[in-house]
Amino acid sequence: MNPVIPIQTSPVSTTGPGASTCITPMPAARSVLRERGQREVFCGLTGIIWLHRKIQDAFFLVVGSRTCAHLVQSAAGVMIFAEPRFATAIIDDRDLAGLADANDELDRVVTRLLERRPDIKTLFLVGSCPSEVIKLDLSRAAQRLSRQFAPGVRILNYSGSGIETTFTQGEDACLASLVPCLPTASEYADAGSSLVVVGALPDVVEDQFSRLFAAMGLPKVQFMPPRRSTELPSIGPHTRYLMAQPFLAHTAHALEDRGAQRIAAPFPFGVEGTSAWLMAGAQALGVDRAIVDQATASARQRAQSALAKVKPALEGRSVFFFPDSQLEVPLARFLHRELGMELTEVGTPYLHRQHMDQELALLPHGVQLSEGQDVERQLDRCRAARPDIVVCGLGLANPLEMEGMTTKWAIELVFSPVHGYDQAADLAQLFARPLDRRHRLAA
Amino acid sequence: MQLTLWTYEGPPHVGAMRVATALTDVHYVLHAPQGDTYADLLFTMIERRGRRPPVTYTTFQARDLGGDTAELFKSAVREAHIRFQPGAMLVGASCTAELIQDDPGGLAQALNLPIPVVPLELPSYQRKENWGAAETFYHLVRTLLGPASRQADAGERSPVAGRAARCNLLGPTALGFRHRDDITEVTRLLQQLGVEVSVVAPMGAGTANLMRLPEADFNVVLYAETGATAAQWLQRQFKQPVVRTTPIGVRGTRAFMAEVASVVQSLGGQVKPVDETALRAPWYSKSVDSTYLTGKRVFVFGDATHAIAAARVAAHEMGFQVVGLGSYSREQARDVRDAAAELGLQALITDDYLEVEETVSALQPELVLGTQMERHIAKRLGIPCAVISAPVHVQDFPARYAPQMGFEGANVLFDTWVHPLMMGLEEHLLHMFKDDFEFHQEAAPSHLGSVMRNQPAPAQQSLSALERAGDASSAPAAPAAATTASATISWTADGEQELKKIPFFVRSKAKRNTERYALDHGIALITVETLYDAKAHFSR
Repeated sequence: MNPVIPIQTSPVSTTGPGASTCITPMPAARSVLRERGQREVFCGLTGIIWLHRKIQDAFFLVVGSRTCAHLVQSAAGVMIFAEPRFATAIIDDRDLAGLADANDELDRVVTRLLERRPDIKTLFLVGSCPSEVIKLDLSRAAQRLSRQFAPGVRILNYSGSGIETTFTQGEDACLASLVPCLPTASEYADAGSSLVVVGALPDVVEDQFSRLFAAMGLPKVQFMPPRRSTELPSIGPHTRYLMAQPFLAHTAHALEDRGAQRIAAPFPFGVEGTSAWLMAGAQALGVDRAIVDQATASARQRAQSALAKVKPALEGRSVFFFPDSQLEVPLARFLHRELGMELTEVGTPYLHRQHMDQELALLPHGVQLSEGQDVERQLDRCRAARPDIVVCGLGLANPLEMEGMTTKWAIELVFSPVHGYDQAADLAQLFARPLDRRHRLAA
Repeated sequence: MQLTLWTYEGPPHVGAMRVATALTDVHYVLHAPQGDTYADLLFTMIERRGRRPPVTYTTFQARDLGGDTAELFKSAVREAHIRFQPGAMLVGASCTAELIQDDPGGLAQALNLPIPVVPLELPSYQRKENWGAAETFYHLVRTLLGPASRQADAGERSPVAGRAARCNLLGPTALGFRHRDDITEVTRLLQQLGVEVSVVAPMGAGTANLMRLPEADFNVVLYAETGATAAQWLQRQFKQPVVRTTPIGVRGTRAFMAEVASVVQSLGGQVKPVDETALRAPWYSKSVDSTYLTGKRVFVFGDATHAIAAARVAAHEMGFQVVGLGSYSREQARDVRDAAAELGLQALITDDYLEVEETVSALQPELVLGTQMERHIAKRLGIPCAVISAPVHVQDFPARYAPQMGFEGANVLFDTWVHPLMMGLEEHLLHMFKDDFEFHQEAAPSHLGSVMRNQPAPAQQSLSALERAGDASSAPAAPAAATTASATISWTADGEQELKKIPFFVRSKAKRNTERYALDHGIALITVETLYDAKAHFSR
């Protein structure tokens, strides 16, 4: 399979093929500024950085160009791992000119790789812009190589190309490629195991959620992706799934194709989001509200008092989000409702109306939502709004600081443990720290 | 198809970005898919630039591929021109756009912009970053100075006699290894020689400065990787001699000064003597404290300019033994091979990180002078390392003045290369006393007496944390040879006892050598005798 993620689900009216802007009315009388132009965002390959840390026996082989290799290396920032579990098979002239059969070449590279790394149980062939454009069929390659390396190694493929995926959509494509491998759940499996939490979470957060669910009498909640690719959750018509990340449109679709049903909930950021998320998950499995309240009481209280300490630093301050990870809407909701921040513009690369339904309902009226990007125009709006803090990508942060603005790197919101009760204050701190720093340096 | 874990160079369009970013009024419109904007962070994060690189990307997506990507490119060029009002524009394609063949050059020309537009053809599937930078700089210079080069008086300048000679410094770019400080140091050196620096390019130059390149009497190529192609063209078109000696190290700097002097003399001028009082490196190297540096086995790898210079400095100014020299700069491979031959070595020319790792692992040097990649190889193998070349890391842009070139550069090299060796010794000491009754994990710092008896000493704590990090990263890729060696070979009790008497800082090397000797000679059990046989075998 080769998941292609629709960047936008509904047609965009444009004034021309270049940069364009249009306002689309939203159901709750909420208007969304939709833009096309230069997008200052990562492509889906970047997800490899956290996915390879999460799935500890998986290897990610990008089939792409030197640019892809350079991107992954640069996004990894510091080259911390002497021998990482990701690499690039760099397509060269011979492959393009047809002098070398690209499929033979790929088989050779994969064989060399798997010989070097006998510890690998799952190999993801990750498609890139060049591999998509030259129509190198990685799904067939994956099938062919799977036969060769079965049963020791499972070989899957997905596309992390920039023409098809924006940043976190790479994780979506990766998880969607795993869905067909999930074992079918027994019809008579006990109730607890029919709940699956979807979306890569740091292990520490996953363990916290496990403990909370266990305290509600649900000790067998499953997580996807698992830490070891051999321990996949089982799934079937009785499966209910809860999304831990907002950017999993395609994975959700694939799960539903297998009969699983989504539990609608806000995302587990902040006390409010976490409580609503846990409650929705537990109630879907028939757990009584009082039991959920009781199981979460102490964690909730702890998180509330930790948040209260950070709140004075953020209350009344304004924030502007550049589009990055699709976490923007839930994060804006958290900053506004629990920390009293004012929202200027909330930009997101893609707004999934259905998955974001409950989040959007919690946003204040009049907040400017924007979808897609024309970075130059957005920078103009940001400068005009003069927010107290700007959430943006690494390419924009230092230049905006130089202009006198305070920034928070959006990528840290994806790499750090920010979900759940015990991370709520850490999440708030990520926004408070740049403001604190500016204050200290000015003093 | 090449399996690549890490790459020494980015694609050629990143080289073009390094040139555009170095210049002050040139804008680059790059036909590229969404995601290629990652390259901005190299400049804003690694180099901490306070401005975005002057690059507009078309960031096309799948839905655009069905439509008119050419129109998308044209509107990007048009809008970038209106918004940024550059003095010249570079247009080109990244690897993916190269495949869709929209011809950015032709599309941009069709817009008839009132500024010079330079189409860049940078084949992404053959070439790499440094070549891309050199080509970009060359084509820009050629486009701007083409008309001037065709005039009858091209290359005619007043005689140098009676005025200061003028030169240009060519090659420094954004994201270069210490280019910022090298410019300052070399400019200062030339000023002392009585030579004026007319234009530095691409770093800090605008199109107006580039137009003035032909006014200089000669050109200095600081970095052959990025500056040589343009210098060659200028030499041909404007009769500007080229100084190519790299002023790195004391000998390198003196050879550079000599070459400048001879060029100036050939033009009828004279140079002035240079004040060397701030040059400390030769004395530091001669002082008895440095005796322990003698014959240290060093492996050198980097771009051609820095690797060649470092090997020479290591051999002749530090008294090291260079055991390996290599470079990823294929375009300058011949120079690297020549430099290696001078030292009785065969150069390693490769951009395969795994091959470099294998070489370092086989050579077992005592110091590695390399890039950030070699720093990681060395860290994993427990070998001290100093970084001498790009690819760069945020650490390679220090706040302080730290040139590599000129006399201050020589001082900097001495400090930065000796430093990891000292640290290496210190780490060995800490490691050696790790289990000592006074220094073990649970012991409190002695100055705190019995107060902190139950807490680990901070220094020890951080050390063990470092070790854990090291273990974690090295575990998956522990060299297979070492495990087989210890699996098939064992030590007798007295052999092991004798090994422990060897000073700690050479003990692991002695152990390794003895095991290798035993393996080569089919000895399964190492005795005291084997230990000394091996010592005799390996002593030079």
